[in-house]
Amino acid sequence: MTAALEVRGLKTHFFTRSGAVKAVDGVDLTIERGRVLGLVGESGSGKSVTGLSILGLIDHPGRIVEGSVKLDGQELVGLDRDAARRVRGRRIAMIFQDPMMTLNPVLRVGTQMSMALRAHETVSNDTARERSVRALSRVGLPTPEQCLAAYPHQLSGGMRQRVAIAIALLHSPSVIVADEPTTALDVSIQGQILQEMQRLGAETGVALVWITHDLAVVSSLAHDIAVMYAGRIVEHGPTADVLAQPRHPYTRGLLDSVPGEAKPGEKLAQIPGSIPALIDLPPGCAFRARCSRASGACEAMPEIAEIGGRLARCFHPLEAA
Amino acid sequence: MLGFLIQRLLQAVAVMVVISALVFVGVFAIGNPIDVLIAPDATQDIRLDTIRRYGFDQPLWKQYLNFVTSLVQGDFGRSFVFNMPVLQLILSRLPATLELTLVAVIGATIIGVPLGMYAGYRPNAVASRAIMGASVLGFSLPTFWIGILFIMGFAVELGWLPAGGRGDTVEAWGIQWSVLTLNGWSHLVLPALTLSLFRMALMIRMARAGMREAMLSDYVRFARAQGISDGKVIFGHVLKNISIPLVTVFGLELAATMAFAVVTETIFSWPGLGKLIIDSIQSLDRPVMVAYLMLVAFLFIMINFSVDIAYAALDPRVRSGRT
Repeated sequence: MTAALEVRGLKTHFFTRSGAVKAVDGVDLTIERGRVLGLVGESGSGKSVTGLSILGLIDHPGRIVEGSVKLDGQELVGLDRDAARRVRGRRIAMIFQDPMMTLNPVLRVGTQMSMALRAHETVSNDTARERSVRALSRVGLPTPEQCLAAYPHQLSGGMRQRVAIAIALLHSPSVIVADEPTTALDVSIQGQILQEMQRLGAETGVALVWITHDLAVVSSLAHDIAVMYAGRIVEHGPTADVLAQPRHPYTRGLLDSVPGEAKPGEKLAQIPGSIPALIDLPPGCAFRARCSRASGACEAMPEIAEIGGRLARCFHPLEAA
Repeated sequence: MLGFLIQRLLQAVAVMVVISALVFVGVFAIGNPIDVLIAPDATQDIRLDTIRRYGFDQPLWKQYLNFVTSLVQGDFGRSFVFNMPVLQLILSRLPATLELTLVAVIGATIIGVPLGMYAGYRPNAVASRAIMGASVLGFSLPTFWIGILFIMGFAVELGWLPAGGRGDTVEAWGIQWSVLTLNGWSHLVLPALTLSLFRMALMIRMARAGMREAMLSDYVRFARAQGISDGKVIFGHVLKNISIPLVTVFGLELAATMAFAVVTETIFSWPGLGKLIIDSIQSLDRPVMVAYLMLVAFLFIMINFSVDIAYAALDPRVRSGRT
């Protein structure tokens, strides 16, 4: 069976005046239908650019320089503008972080939904309305009719994000890329949205790429997890395994940085230093400057290799506990 | 919405009251108007009689009250120079200015906004750079110089268009209009173009800035992620958003152009308000100056009022806000 989404060797670089920024530098991902992949990393690790690249939404001065993105077996990289547009929104959708900003403030929700519908189908006003209502009730909005007539500012953050999800679901896509869709929401609303997405994923069989920096969110939602650092995947495997027994030192560091298990007053664990600038990155493992296990060998880039039931990109992986 | 309108209307009235006080102080209370009204060699009797006739012997507050009362009744007094009711004089000149500024500002918008939007949509294209370069010229070249250059080029050298005047007019609704005749248009083109260049540059800049900002916004990114084509994103999503600042500038420029078309009207001897006010300042024709100032203030307020209403129509957040 072909995977819903298969990304191979994806490289997206931004060509700036001071040099090429290698925001994504060789990413491989595979997601089956009905599964959720959590794509985790710090700000600047390239996870959002990966999401945008999958949809072909990279703007000048950025460009996909290499690699392949296959949606249900169809290659998306290199499609012409119009062919790419016909795929976007219909077979692969995206949701963004801030629901305050992603809906157009001056158009009614109904108008925006019918525009999204008409991007790919010719439908009558009545059909558009009826399908919008259905999509809105599917994401758990109690009064879809009122919602259609409302402007975004009249809805709460959670409702707006539900509207965005409903828009993403309009054409029943195979894959949804969700770029930190719950980060801007209250914790309680966050929980509701996560539950809703879990249900929708199971119901519709949509494959979900959930981009986040929040490990707690991933642990409750994702089947698989991919940890990104400086434009590359450093660890990729089943969520339970990776979180319980991380093999890459960076994953370990991320997990230790979650203050959940620390005692009050105790010094919080942290990864020393910060993510390196992606411009003129020196060869070798990008994490070695911050890594306690680094050695001379780390001056070459380690290949991603299978270890303990998952993939890790490290010469000195942590041992299984 | 109704509350919003009433509130704006009350504000407008308040502003008019303040303006009338300022105009009164500026024009009537400073200096001695008597010296202008009568000849220096007039007898004391004539002098006293004139003072009484114009109410200059009364206390200042009472003079102001009289002034406002007659304003409200539509009585702006008589022009010293033309010896006709000021209101009539101004209304006879208003259509010329009105058509000149409307053609200039609307033309600037119709041409400038699409150019600016294109420059914002494709900031790196050669055409966009050319547009932006031209807009710098539009900003920096002084109006009088452009006007003179146009006259030299199109009227003197090429002889295509007349150098001044209004040309043939046609009466409609009891007013003479040049825009209704071909000859009128040939007279209108050069002054309107002169007047519109700066506005066009402004519209280009505003539209470009709005477009640039909007194209990077999340709602555009989301719309594009839905597979909506760029054309529909721009005309369906972006245009309404960037119209909000454009409408503001349009309104302000319309009012400002109307009030300060003086230079252009003088160069092209366009018989509009600007020429009238310059003439009346030179001849110290106070009633005309007062009426002109009040009219300009009134125009600004009405246009701002319309802009507010347009805002509410464009932006739902203004409609439901508590402001």
